[in-house]
Amino acid sequence: MNRFIPRALMAPAVITLFLWMIVPLVMTIYFSVIRYNLMQPDQTGFIGLENFEYFVTDPSFGTAVLNTLLLLGSVILITVVLGSLIALLIDDPFPGRGLVRILLISPFFVMPTVNALLWKHMMMNPIYGVLAQVWLFFGGTPVDWLTDLPLLSVIIIVSWQWLPFATLIFITSLQSMNREQLEASRMDGANYLQQLRYLYLPHMARSVAVVVMIEMIFLLSVFAEIYTTTGGGPGDASTNVAFLIFKQALLNFDAGVASAGALFAVVLANIAAVFLIRMVGKNLDK
Amino acid sequence: MTHAKSFPWLHWLRTVVAWLVTLLLFFPLGWLVLTAFKTELQAISVPPLVLFTPTLENFQIVQERSDYMLYATNSLITSVASTILGLMLAFPAAYAMAFFKGKYTKDILMWMLSTKMMPAVGALVPVYVMAQTSGLLDTRTGLVIVFTLSNLPIMVWMLYSYLKEIPNEILEASRMDGATLWSEFRYVLLPLTMGGLASTGLLTLVLSWNEAFWSLNLSAAKAGTLATLIASYSSPEGLFWAKLSAASFMAIGPIVVFGWFSQKQLVQGLTFGAVK
Repeated sequence: MNRFIPRALMAPAVITLFLWMIVPLVMTIYFSVIRYNLMQPDQTGFIGLENFEYFVTDPSFGTAVLNTLLLLGSVILITVVLGSLIALLIDDPFPGRGLVRILLISPFFVMPTVNALLWKHMMMNPIYGVLAQVWLFFGGTPVDWLTDLPLLSVIIIVSWQWLPFATLIFITSLQSMNREQLEASRMDGANYLQQLRYLYLPHMARSVAVVVMIEMIFLLSVFAEIYTTTGGGPGDASTNVAFLIFKQALLNFDAGVASAGALFAVVLANIAAVFLIRMVGKNLDK
Repeated sequence: MTHAKSFPWLHWLRTVVAWLVTLLLFFPLGWLVLTAFKTELQAISVPPLVLFTPTLENFQIVQERSDYMLYATNSLITSVASTILGLMLAFPAAYAMAFFKGKYTKDILMWMLSTKMMPAVGALVPVYVMAQTSGLLDTRTGLVIVFTLSNLPIMVWMLYSYLKEIPNEILEASRMDGATLWSEFRYVLLPLTMGGLASTGLLTLVLSWNEAFWSLNLSAAKAGTLATLIASYSSPEGLFWAKLSAASFMAIGPIVVFGWFSQKQLVQGLTFGAVK
């Protein structure tokens, strides 16, 4: 086998993906240094780094970066912790476990827009929503989730959507536990907590790395959930970087500033990628 | 298992808690399904109705107001086509990376993954301009290309981790016996990676079916997928919960049921072979 064949086999995927990355990137770089507002097509020309300055000094910018990280961090934390608890809970056989598994995994297959609409209207609506009714039943005052706690609401919705994914992977991981080892440790007098600490948790480390990695890839650019529920608001309370770029591009019609923002997102993604390689890359590499 | 035997009550407690947690987590979805069968008035009744006479009215209205079949067909065609195209691109690449590991293989893999981390919205303006100039705006072909490319990194990763598990000796043996690249692929590799191909395909199918951002921005009346159908029910003036639920039900039904049947396959692939 010569060296040519492997390269030829890789070429289609690598070349198309490279084009998919580089063409928009070059265009984005070009747009980012010119004046390009769809509402003022007559005003064009090179303006250097002005778009970047505008994007970075936008009062929403800091909030957007912070929200992006908060959303990413909390959803990963929530799904990993709850996911492993649920996986441990349903690890042993019990009546109806098959059905439980199917019901638990379902939200993962639902499109994000539907999830968001479902929570916005049927769960979190302050008057008709189910949560409001539950609050009233217990004598509390219904919370206007999307207005008063916008970021938390988005975190809840996204966590609910990704929890099944984490759970499913943890269940699979637990099922590959060495049963004889577990039995032996019990013979030696280990209680459940000791087993958890020395057998279950180390065994799950690898699957935690997988969950963190995949969720990081998808959560860094959460968009549909914010677009459908809060629209980034009120103000910029639930705006993340992806949404801020969208706001510049489609609400302010400023393709120049949006492009500058997109380049910033590229940098952010790359920082995350480096972080990711450090954190989980080793864990995945045999 | 062992603990259940020694403490029967613990086993029952566990069962009850597991069911409670499950029903709680499934509740929103179950509520969506219930609402789809209510009238608009029942849908917003306070306190919420659990018992009611189900009606199919909403499904009828959704079907009449918008051509459900057109959207569903678009969803089906775009997700299946992009899955097949993606597998055709990803498999050779993953194969080359797994069996002819070069100096830059790892870097290429990481680079591929990093393209997935950039928010799609960042590429919106250029991609829109390109789709417009090439006449691919609001066409299924346009969506298929975009779906394929945005899923390609994940597909290469998944297939790579599957192929990596296959011992090189098996392939070498077949080559010794004079197998060509094609017969090696057909008779040795393909049977061994069917599971990997299946789970990669399943995940891509789910991701493409549920893709909303590109569908909303690059397609309209002609190539619109079910995600665009839902969007048309979510505008403030058209806000009817029961109809929205019915439309959602029709949009997610096929893929959720599909997911139920394929969950075992799916999870194997999702973990990149790292969790067994």
